[in-house]
Amino acid sequence: MPRSSSSAASGTVPAVEIRGLRMAYGDKVAVDGLDLEVARGSITAVLGPNGAGKTTTLETCEGYRKAQQGTVRVLGLDPQADRRHLLPRIGVMLQSGGAWTGVRAEEMLRHIAALHAHPLPVPMLVDRLGLAECGRTPYRRLSGGQQQRLSLAMAVVGRPELLFVDEPTAGMDPQSRRDTWALLEELRGDGVTTVLTTHYMDEAERLADTVHIIDHGRMIASGSPFELTRGPGISTIKLVVTRPFPDHAPESLRRVLGPETEVSQVNAYSMLITGPADATTLGKVSAWCEEVDVLPESLSLGQRTLEDVFLELTGRGLAA
Amino acid sequence: MSLDTTTGGTFAPRPGSAPFGHQVLAQTRMEARLLLRNGEQLLLALVIPLLVLFGGVAAIRYLDLSLTHTPIDQLTPGVVALAVMSTSFTSLAIATGFERRYGVLKRLGSSPLPRHGLLLGKVGALLLVQLLQVVVVGGAALFLDWSPELSVRSLVGALVVAVLGTAAFASWGLFVAGALRAEATLAAANLVYLLLAAGGGVLVPAETYGRFSDVVGWLPSGALGEGLREALVDGTFPSGPALVLVAWAAIGTLLTARTFTWE
Repeated sequence: MPRSSSSAASGTVPAVEIRGLRMAYGDKVAVDGLDLEVARGSITAVLGPNGAGKTTTLETCEGYRKAQQGTVRVLGLDPQADRRHLLPRIGVMLQSGGAWTGVRAEEMLRHIAALHAHPLPVPMLVDRLGLAECGRTPYRRLSGGQQQRLSLAMAVVGRPELLFVDEPTAGMDPQSRRDTWALLEELRGDGVTTVLTTHYMDEAERLADTVHIIDHGRMIASGSPFELTRGPGISTIKLVVTRPFPDHAPESLRRVLGPETEVSQVNAYSMLITGPADATTLGKVSAWCEEVDVLPESLSLGQRTLEDVFLELTGRGLAA
Repeated sequence: MSLDTTTGGTFAPRPGSAPFGHQVLAQTRMEARLLLRNGEQLLLALVIPLLVLFGGVAAIRYLDLSLTHTPIDQLTPGVVALAVMSTSFTSLAIATGFERRYGVLKRLGSSPLPRHGLLLGKVGALLLVQLLQVVVVGGAALFLDWSPELSVRSLVGALVVAVLGTAAFASWGLFVAGALRAEATLAAANLVYLLLAAGGGVLVPAETYGRFSDVVGWLPSGALGEGLREALVDGTFPSGPALVLVAWAAIGTLLTARTFTWE
């Protein structure tokens, strides 16, 4: 009775729980003592360069590989021992392939749907992922992006609780990427948990609630994109106003904000504030604007990107 | 009926496997469709057996071989054996080899379809294609005045040998597909097919191989061909060939179970 027991336990068990996972191929260590937890209903991105151990970690969760050391629990189940109970509940998008060369796109999707008890309507999914124009095209003649979209459709058609997607938008055109992101966000809205690997930082920043950055099989940073890019408590706030600041504005603002804050004027309409980017600071800044009678046009938190974070942590870039 | 606690969104989770029988049926239909869609497979399954049937009858007449039965009666069981071998060994091995290469087996490995379900689906597809082959080859043979031994014993014997032959060849086909790369599987499966078709006792009786006749009788191809001839030409139950095929199926299954990988 996997269904009833799962709904009873669904609120309490994390979607994925990895403790001390170690995986090696011969001498080469792919995953080196990884701990990772995925909360239900979230989108979690595992970010890292090629060869960081992302796919190996994912495939261990999917039950393709046996954990050599450590434990892996997916929806509270052992992906190898409880494989048959787990598989119907998860959706898997492989990095490539996964269909017969001669099979038509829609035929393939219908086949996967037929293996599930309550599949999504195939025409809806075909339409959502822009596969209608290639529904009768044999798999080998689909473009790379079409193959990726079909692969995503196969992963979600069984209405899984938990979705594993490996590099979902690699090789996709911009429109397909946006469609894919929109679909993954809608899935989250409907309660589906997603774990995705990517080496695109914009993808992680845009989609993920939690980002785990891994390199050489080790977790080197975790947090929300905001937490990761904000840095250790310090950030920049950029203030842009609709009419020029009064004289001595930086000094006046610095007095309001206190000594741990740097204020510098960029031009007549904008200032850069460096310090703790919290609600108190923001409140003081807008109160000051009222006091000196300027109208803020924008008040934005400084943007370090995940790429910057990765560069700081490893001294290398993310791109493949 | 379970009460859903979900929010009712379009994608709200509602996981579950289709009933096992439905899954196997879906897999059978899919595999049979793909087998019949492929030109090379169709050539192997239907065109070559028909060419052998017509060509063989013409050759026997031309060479004026003295046989105890008419050429078509003598030849048809062997052509059916050839058809069974081409589908259950060569086609299956090649298709499975490329399924491994293109990640189809991996993809299905994370679907609700269990491995034994996939295997049953493949067997189902093989049997469907073989049924088509028997209808086409048998129909053509009847057109050439084929008159097989028709008794319960001969028909049951032929059916038993055909099923055991399918099991034996399919297990070895899967072994090859699991052990070799896709291109090597393609080459090996075709080569073995040609060698067994030419010298493996499929088409002509084992006794025509002279002092090799014993060896030929122990080959799966020889056992399948002899078995069908014993049943359909002589009207006896082919228990010897059946046992040989059981042994080949057992070894093939064991090897496949030990070595087959899904990637």
